[in-house]
Amino acid sequence: MKKTPLYDLHLALGGKIIDFGGWALPVEYEGIIKEHEAVRSAAGLFDVSHMGEIIVQGPNAQNYLQKMLTNDLSPMQNFQVYYSFLCYPNGGVVDDLIVYRYNPEYYLLVVNASNKDKDYEWLKQHEEGQITITDASEQYAQFAIQGPQAQTILQTLCDTDLNEINFFRFLPELLVAGIPVLISRTGYTGEDGFEIYLDPSKAPALWQVLLEKGKNHGLLPIGLGARDTLRFEAALPLYGHEISADITPYEAGLGFFVKTIKEDFVGKEALINQKEIGVPRKLVAFEMIDRGIPRNGYEVQADGLRIGYVTTGGFAPFLKKNIGLALIESIHAQEEGILEIVVRKKKLKAKIIPKPFYQKRYKRT
Amino acid sequence: MNIIKDIKYTVSHEWIRIEGNTARIGITDFAQNQMGTLVFVELPEVDDEVGKGSPLAVVESVKAASDVYAPLSGTITEINEALADNPELINEEPYESWLVTLELSNPSEVAELIDSAEYEKLCQQGE
Repeated sequence: MKKTPLYDLHLALGGKIIDFGGWALPVEYEGIIKEHEAVRSAAGLFDVSHMGEIIVQGPNAQNYLQKMLTNDLSPMQNFQVYYSFLCYPNGGVVDDLIVYRYNPEYYLLVVNASNKDKDYEWLKQHEEGQITITDASEQYAQFAIQGPQAQTILQTLCDTDLNEINFFRFLPELLVAGIPVLISRTGYTGEDGFEIYLDPSKAPALWQVLLEKGKNHGLLPIGLGARDTLRFEAALPLYGHEISADITPYEAGLGFFVKTIKEDFVGKEALINQKEIGVPRKLVAFEMIDRGIPRNGYEVQADGLRIGYVTTGGFAPFLKKNIGLALIESIHAQEEGILEIVVRKKKLKAKIIPKPFYQKRYKRT
Repeated sequence: MNIIKDIKYTVSHEWIRIEGNTARIGITDFAQNQMGTLVFVELPEVDDEVGKGSPLAVVESVKAASDVYAPLSGTITEINEALADNPELINEEPYESWLVTLELSNPSEVAELIDSAEYEKLCQQGE
């Protein structure tokens, strides 16, 4: 298994290490529920160094990315961050990612660890004009600090006023505890917070000083278990679950990040077509009425017939409810609609509810 | 990790307290610790008949659902209804928080259960 620069510190903190797509990472330290609550009420620190980083640079960088990504980069400013999809010609998703624009000739793409090699190959196959595409994943360690106390904690170690970094913006070079880092106001929890990129050799030192400084503010280290429950409660998609090669952004309800008005891009024709004729399946949020926990892959029925499956489900630690996301035939995707979730051969009733389960608390200015 | 001396165990981390022809069954401290905080317990119904090794109950943590297997054959005489609203009682007091009581249909199976010393060895190997 691959190890992040923080592996030894995870062990020292009592992290339960699991194999996460080839990476040795902690699923939890003190417990998923406690960690989840810490992020909602105070702050949490995540090691997300497994994420992939791909740099696209050169005079044709902007044109090229406009062709590859579904979002429209033309209004994007320097030091802004966009969420976007890389799609296949049929509209299925290669990956979801965030794009950091330094300038029109230099972009940093942050991609899912398990898709990184596939993404890099896909981007290289479509290389066009004067650009250089580099897999820079080994050059970056990445942390996320998330929660209502995240800014206060980070600010104690940093002279730059963090209010300068608005939602989905970044600063490419600032010092935190004397260590040069990139910081963006982004995250994957539904809370305000930051993602921090730095030289892997400096990562253990910064991790330790952040935990130390954050202790009095309730900061805890957070494992992958709570990372998943936090993003799920905020109804943020996870590749391989809510989106995949077989699930388009429109089916997942993420059409906002597909701009069909822009000129040609990979997947445009299929996606326009789907937008016009309507999606065959829709992702819905539901809450259990009967007692039971829905899990990924469980069948969803209506009137005894299969209409789809659960993409993510579970007990939501903050809301204290059994909830799920399911991809079902569009005709059944009516709010208040009743679904049957097949849990160990029993059909349990659930009700379709609005997304997200947890109202995001981003700081936008 | 806490292992109690005078009760029986299985390799699949159930504990069994034999009282005459009945058995109280729960999951061990090791098992609850591996799973983390429990958020749901599904129990059988009173009068259900179970065979040794068949699914008896399901315990679910945030991450996953795990089967609990019947360590002995018999008929369910009692279920611990307190667990429905408070599954985390199992985390707090695993050896008090029994799942079911079973009236044994084949008491000779008791000889196949393992004792605390053997169970302890098993847990240490697993860690």
